[in-house]
Amino acid sequence: MTVTENPTPMGFGRMHRKEDARFVRGKGNYVDDIQLPGMLHGSFLRSPYAHAKIVSIDTSAAEALPGVKAVITGATLETLKLAWMPTLSYDTQAVLATDKVRFQNQEVAFVVAENHYIARDALELIEVEYEPLPVIADAKQALAPGAPVIRDDKEGKTDNHIFDWSAGDKEKTAAVFAEAEVVVAEDVLYPRVHPSPLETCGAVADFDKVSGKLTIYSTTQAPHAHRTVYALVAGLPEHKIRVVSPDIGGGFGGKVGIYPGYVLAIVGSIVTGKPVKWMEDRNEHLTATAFARDYHMRGEIAATKDGKIRALRVNVLADHGAFNGTAQPTKFPAGFFHIFTGSYDLEAASCDVTGVYTNKAPGGVAYACSFRITEAVYLVERMIDVLAYELKMDPAELRMKNLLKPEQFPYTTPTGWEYDSGDYPKALRLAMDMVEYEKLRQEQAEKRERGEYMGIGISFFTEGVGAGPRKHMDILGLGMADGAELRVHPTGKAVLRLSVQTQGQGHETTFAQIVAEELGISPDDIEVVHGDTDQTPFGLGTYGSRSTPVSGAATAIVARKVRDRARIVASAMLEVSPDDLDWEKGRFFVKGDPDQGKTIQEIAMAAHSSLELPEGVEGHLDATTVYNPPNLTYPFGAYICVVDVDPATGQVKVRRFIAVDDCGVRINPMIVEGQVHGGLADGIGMALMQLMAFDEDGNHLGASLMDYLLPTALECPSWELGETVTPSPHHPIGAKGVGESATVGSPAAVVNAVLDALKPFGVRHADMPLTPSNVWRAAQGRPIRTDLAIS
Amino acid sequence: MQITVTVNGEQHTRDVEPRLLLVHFLRNELGLTGTHWGCDTSNCGVCTVTLDGVPVKSCTVLAVMADGKQVGTVEGLEGPDGLDPVQQGFVQCHGLQCGFCTPGMMITARALLNENPDPSEQEIREAISGQLCRCTGYENIVRSVRWAAEHQAKEGAQP
Repeated sequence: MTVTENPTPMGFGRMHRKEDARFVRGKGNYVDDIQLPGMLHGSFLRSPYAHAKIVSIDTSAAEALPGVKAVITGATLETLKLAWMPTLSYDTQAVLATDKVRFQNQEVAFVVAENHYIARDALELIEVEYEPLPVIADAKQALAPGAPVIRDDKEGKTDNHIFDWSAGDKEKTAAVFAEAEVVVAEDVLYPRVHPSPLETCGAVADFDKVSGKLTIYSTTQAPHAHRTVYALVAGLPEHKIRVVSPDIGGGFGGKVGIYPGYVLAIVGSIVTGKPVKWMEDRNEHLTATAFARDYHMRGEIAATKDGKIRALRVNVLADHGAFNGTAQPTKFPAGFFHIFTGSYDLEAASCDVTGVYTNKAPGGVAYACSFRITEAVYLVERMIDVLAYELKMDPAELRMKNLLKPEQFPYTTPTGWEYDSGDYPKALRLAMDMVEYEKLRQEQAEKRERGEYMGIGISFFTEGVGAGPRKHMDILGLGMADGAELRVHPTGKAVLRLSVQTQGQGHETTFAQIVAEELGISPDDIEVVHGDTDQTPFGLGTYGSRSTPVSGAATAIVARKVRDRARIVASAMLEVSPDDLDWEKGRFFVKGDPDQGKTIQEIAMAAHSSLELPEGVEGHLDATTVYNPPNLTYPFGAYICVVDVDPATGQVKVRRFIAVDDCGVRINPMIVEGQVHGGLADGIGMALMQLMAFDEDGNHLGASLMDYLLPTALECPSWELGETVTPSPHHPIGAKGVGESATVGSPAAVVNAVLDALKPFGVRHADMPLTPSNVWRAAQGRPIRTDLAIS
Repeated sequence: MQITVTVNGEQHTRDVEPRLLLVHFLRNELGLTGTHWGCDTSNCGVCTVTLDGVPVKSCTVLAVMADGKQVGTVEGLEGPDGLDPVQQGFVQCHGLQCGFCTPGMMITARALLNENPDPSEQEIREAISGQLCRCTGYENIVRSVRWAAEHQAKEGAQP
């Protein structure tokens, strides 16, 4: 049991979280907790059809219902030029449907009423006449000749094609494949899932007609980016928009984009002159906000007979839903998928990704995926096991043979990523030792003799996080650099202002610890301000595990700037040259005379006093910075999962899960471990339970938590964690970021374990989720398409 | 219709619509926003409160069904002597991240410890298995409840 020994370390360490004081008392302040005087409530009428023409909408009965203040339709929005909004991928998305609906539960009308119940009543009174159209529920049918065109709103559009994108050296890869001793191919589906944080999405918009100021409290992971987008889309002056992201009940990438609900809350407030709250329910959240994955991949691996992997080639059909609304650096339509060569030393690699429209909700990049690195890691780790199966090699041995070696770093991959640092074999060896790998293989062999099926699955991942260098990436033209401001008050207490925003990551604690480490001010004396665009410097927010790599760096640098200023003040106080001072945590002292020194608190007071400072020094200690990361950081890890499978029922029991993570220097190991735990549960969920399937009419079959199964405490084992520490060479404190590592790395370990258990049945691959019925079918030699109810 | 509900020991009388959910009564009528609204299908458990001492999902209980009854919410966990050992355990063992499931988890943990002061890991997992957490993978929630059990025994603390 991990119990914090030092609750307030002066810097890095297992510090209790500052934010917990309010949460354990029920005093968190989430969007739905916000009550403003005169506030009204909005709710959406949504489409029952996945694809249908809207013939007519009659809102008169709804408008006549007492307590209803406004009914807004696509026609209303058209007059405001707001019926469509741009997405983060340079596509457009209907805010309210005007011409037709393109996925089930798409937003059709918005009612604003005195309370949520009346708003819901009014929805029942809206009459919409639809003319159903043929539906594309299967991405593989999207490009078929004669397929119904979903985006006929786009001029000249005659098919459902969105983009073709490729990476790597296709010719070189083909050449390696042509002469390879062994080539293995497999179709691998990463099905559609949904992050489903326990707090759904919502907003409270408050437009003040007199001042022209719009305040919007919303469930956003990126308040500054949202402010700029609102300014550009709605034509509101940016300084008159304040976006507040209060406590957020989990994000996992599902709260990065702008949803129609946010826009309608704003429109509702402008129309009624009152604050308007919109808070969706779980069904709306699951069916209409950003899904994740839905990647139909075909992997091919080229190797020598003795297991040296030479090349990897991937073709992907990417289901983006009805609007291309992926939230990722804009230049990369497939996100960072082209990191799919993973942790291995290959001669060549290439990928082709084709994105298509279907009659499903938009999204794609969410759920702790590090911009599709989840799909990439799953693909390569599944392919390695497929190759091991064919070569009859142990999957650990095959990985060990092909992992990058420590001396190869910094390493440039065949698709152009520059990995910063790593010792991969050490991490894998540690995981194997923790699980007692060789012993487990013996146990497995004995059990197989007895007709019992246990499986051991390995996954090794490399992540690329901390987007990102301005020259390489942006979102809608906004560079991905983040600001930080640090004020030190006269008494030596400090306020740190950040562009990133916590959804549970503990920023109020860890970022205070970074300042504490750099300045020797107790973390208890440092207030971290975040999530309010009027209070914080510009930056792109928290997703893609970027807070520590980007804003953690900004925080260390701004604290060092403060320290540099403190040195000058201290030199004036001690009447020595700044060069004659040495620093120890919290104090400057005269070189060779440690008793002659001044604490940071004394220096802060002096900096605000009448002490005479050298020419050109302004006084005070406050500083600001903007951090433009020179590269991504590359955390990595080795995961091993042990399962027992009941061949009669297909039931999978996860017996053990070992996770060795290397995320560089750990600021607060307690928080790092907590984030890893959460991601591992995601891996169990995706591998075994979670699925958003559709029927042929585009009906969503995972539209509630009764149908979309998330793991509980009973499906999760007690996680066993290990760590290695390879600092990032280019990050000021050597940290790499960890928020998504476990979600990225763990699904493959679970799936590989289940398929390892099923090896005696001759099963090489089966798609997630490996539910009892799918496991049973796979064991019978009848694996199925898990994403469709029609296969 | 008029109902009288005792919440955390304090009596409240209100006129409510018969269809009003208990979760909305607590949050919107009484301003007790520590109880959250999460799924409507009693799967996620962020709305868990006690009704006459027994944990219930307040999103599937009508406010009128609580008429004349005792409701316990997260706001009532802290006593005059400070935080309940369950609350302390969640802080000590990092049993929460985003905090959204936390009130419901703590309510269930308190009810469990009242019934069974020394639960095993498996018993804790079963007790919270009707509730979801998306951040912690449950590991530290289980540890938090164990911490509360151990310290409550040591200090003789009573809810």
